[in-house]
Amino acid sequence: MKTTATLSIALAAGLALSACAKKAPQSLPPEPGSSISTEAPAANQGPVPGSQADFVAQMMGQDTIYFDTDRYNIDSADQQALAAQASWLAKYPAKRVTLEGHADERGTREYNLALGERRANAAKNALAALGVDPSRITTVSYGKERPVALGSDEASWAKNRRAVTVAID
Amino acid sequence: MKLAPLALAAALAAGAAAAQTAPPASPATPPAAAPGIDVTVSDDSDWQNQTIAIPAFATNADVATQTSAGSTAALGFSLASVITADLQNNGLFKPTGPGALPRPALVQIQTPDFGTWQGRGSDMLIQGFVRAGEDGQVTVGCYLYDVALKQQLAKAGWTVAPGEWRRAAHKCADLVYSRLSGENPFFDSKIAYIAETGPKDHRLKRLAIMDSDGANHVYLTTGQATALTPRYSPDYGSILYLSYYNGQPRIYIFDLASKTQRLLLTARNPLFAPRWSPDGKWVLYSMATAGNTDIYKVPAAGGGTAVKLTDSPGIDIGGSFSPDGSKIVFESDRSGSQQVYVMNADGSNQHRISFFGGRSATPEWSPRGDQIAFTHIAGNLRIAVMDPSGGSMRYLTDSWQDEAPTWAPNGRVIQFFRTIKNSGKTSVWQVDLTGRNERKLDTPVDGSDPAWGPLRP
Repeated sequence: MKTTATLSIALAAGLALSACAKKAPQSLPPEPGSSISTEAPAANQGPVPGSQADFVAQMMGQDTIYFDTDRYNIDSADQQALAAQASWLAKYPAKRVTLEGHADERGTREYNLALGERRANAAKNALAALGVDPSRITTVSYGKERPVALGSDEASWAKNRRAVTVAID
Repeated sequence: MKLAPLALAAALAAGAAAAQTAPPASPATPPAAAPGIDVTVSDDSDWQNQTIAIPAFATNADVATQTSAGSTAALGFSLASVITADLQNNGLFKPTGPGALPRPALVQIQTPDFGTWQGRGSDMLIQGFVRAGEDGQVTVGCYLYDVALKQQLAKAGWTVAPGEWRRAAHKCADLVYSRLSGENPFFDSKIAYIAETGPKDHRLKRLAIMDSDGANHVYLTTGQATALTPRYSPDYGSILYLSYYNGQPRIYIFDLASKTQRLLLTARNPLFAPRWSPDGKWVLYSMATAGNTDIYKVPAAGGGTAVKLTDSPGIDIGGSFSPDGSKIVFESDRSGSQQVYVMNADGSNQHRISFFGGRSATPEWSPRGDQIAFTHIAGNLRIAVMDPSGGSMRYLTDSWQDEAPTWAPNGRVIQFFRTIKNSGKTSVWQVDLTGRNERKLDTPVDGSDPAWGPLRP
């Protein structure tokens, strides 16, 4: 777990550096989660089980699902990620989560707020169908206001059209 | 602050009594053509460029004032500069400001030396005076002359508090603009907008206000909570806007006198896109329920019952009343993509009006009622206008990402915000209805979501 945390920080720092270094990055930031360690976490010093840090570590990128332009349907990759989330939530039945809905920058501000809300709700409904009590899930939309990928290109927009599940510590 | 109109003759006489007669300037060759007032203002034809000379305003005595501009003489120069800037950017006039012109003496304000101005090729001449009052107030007189006709076309005067001196300049520019164009005035008005700072993934978004020309800038929120989509109330008393103050998007009414805010309503659902009715009595808002957003209206005073106006399974959001309050233009993706619809103010007779290909968003009804401005999305986002039945669509801008148009009080000029590719930096821009006169507003930091208030009383 310590390894994972260190790697995440290094990844974040790397992203920040590349964002500063170039106005128009030639290489895109890695896929979320893809660079996060797949090696087994250290046995003794991990995040507190059931915490948001634990959730992020266990999900290995599957805390986030992605959407096509203007869409909010749940595809099979999303379904897989949500199933992983649901099983973690089944392990910690007292845990509540927030589902954050986001949109890419290529839409108008208000519509994107409504679209982000629609995406967060689609994810919420899918989790409920997987047996998670919907009263444990709150949604919030940030529209296009909180991008994670900072380029203005298809690859960045694809990363920003997302719903992120966050465990409430 | 009250702006007191003035009986000009008396005010000027008081100043002129002490002034010396200035020697007439030597006559110069008259220009070949003698243009009169012959201006065609139409949507798609180029406006003519009338040359206007705006020399520094004269004063009876150069004394200190409490204005930010300095002494009465400095103030006279600044007044002419503000008027020049106002008239510069709407495609109608070619003004020359006080820096390049001789300063008339006080006695010439009512009897201009037309020969001099004719020699300089000026079609029109704006002269004025400024006088400091005993009580700290300043009195400003404004005169418009047709140089070729050697005739006075308009005059007005105002007594203003020191902090409001720019309003006198805007009033003068408004007088000239409306007299020469036949359009309603709009310079003496204010803008609410979102001031943005910081990197793309940690953008600070603060509620801010400024005059229509970007001056008198004031931040209203600290930026701790993201603020979006403000709208000035028709009486300038308050601002509706969206804030994440409690972590969730909610609509607040910010009271400008007390600098306090309250929730518009205490729904647990996400709330977006607040709008005023033209009479300020109603607020339109959009609320999401289980992911589906619909448009509602509620009395602005608070405590009233909300009325649900739309009920489609798609996203219905935004809305802008027609000037008479009878209709609402709004945005819906019920057909599969964002398009513009019109309904009656009670929600009846909803019908789509945008059929252009691509998506059409953020419709705003012109205060004149004759046009609807909107964001057209087909790859890039561009500002466009159409008539209220969806005809005569025209683009006004052509950039990577322009969105969220807002109308000047006279329905002749539009502001919007532009986002720069990759950096995500935003700025507030202005364009006239020909689309040919576009300029960036000089805000202290980045800006988005401009919302133009009405003409000030």
